[in-house]
Amino acid sequence: MQLDIPNLHYIKELSDGDAEFEAHLIAILQKEFPTEKEAYIESIEEKNYQISAAHVHKIKHKISILGLEKSYEFAILYEEELKSETPSKHEMFLKILQNIEEFLLTL
Amino acid sequence: MKSIIVDDEAAARAITKQLCKKVEKIVIVEEFDNAIDAIKYLNNHTVDLIFLDIHMPTFSGFDFIQTLKNPPQIILTTSDKNFALDAFEYECVVDYLVKPITQERFAKAVARIKNTSTGTRTHAEEAISQGEETAAIGNDLYVNIDRRLVKINVPDIYVIEAKGDYIKIKAEDKNYVVHSTLKKIEEKLPSHLFLKVHRSYIINTTKIVDIEDNSVLIKQDVIPVSRANRKELMQRLNLL
Repeated sequence: MQLDIPNLHYIKELSDGDAEFEAHLIAILQKEFPTEKEAYIESIEEKNYQISAAHVHKIKHKISILGLEKSYEFAILYEEELKSETPSKHEMFLKILQNIEEFLLTL
Repeated sequence: MKSIIVDDEAAARAITKQLCKKVEKIVIVEEFDNAIDAIKYLNNHTVDLIFLDIHMPTFSGFDFIQTLKNPPQIILTTSDKNFALDAFEYECVVDYLVKPITQERFAKAVARIKNTSTGTRTHAEEAISQGEETAAIGNDLYVNIDRRLVKINVPDIYVIEAKGDYIKIKAEDKNYVVHSTLKKIEEKLPSHLFLKVHRSYIINTTKIVDIEDNSVLIKQDVIPVSRANRKELMQRLNLL
């Protein structure tokens, strides 16, 4: 899967020109995302896949906030895979997380 | 309306607050990142509306609802489409919003809220008095037939057909003919269950028996599907 490019379309639409809200939401994403990523990786290392699925579920919302449609569809499938304890998409999901992390650093 | 937000994700709470800013009647009085703190708050405070996330660690949104003796109206917010049917098992659930929530979809949810804090008239009475022929509350749809408000259980509806200035609502136990339009009733129905498949038909997608090229079979009715609506219909289906 080719990675899609993050964007702020949804945030801009929600803000309707409210710069304070945009800055506030981006700050939250920058704060929450690294913690969630770390928690996800830790759960994978511990092979605690139900917990991993819960982390993917939460991260999934951030993926959608940043307009990553393909990545979002991927995350839906991956979450289900984790729930059935047969994860095979971890490496690709890590790339998605990396993609988001790099984008957040540019804001 | 005094409202609270219960969601473990700060980004989701910020988004819900932003969406509420454009709705004058909703005032967010408190927000919680877990259900337990929200329950403690509700032991000493009354609210009219709760925006509630389903997926929360330890105590889920559904667990939370079950602890409430007299639950206020609740709008569920979730990243998971799979709980829609479970959600509407609860009478207090007004709507079910799948994240990311758009302003347009949020406005539809808000339109379904009963105005509990400002008077004794029900949402249905209010809507009908304002000349609307239909009003939706939770699982119920009220239609105006001969100046009577007749309640229809929304999940029982399987097809709605436009017939000139009227619509024919076909439900499990009975059919209803109402002076209204497909467009008006479409706005009152939960979009995760209902889909307009033709300029004259709205169907309940959970009631589909089978699909051919340009039609669907619902109960014993063959309903035409226009080319423009076919793509969305196919996207809704759980195809193997």
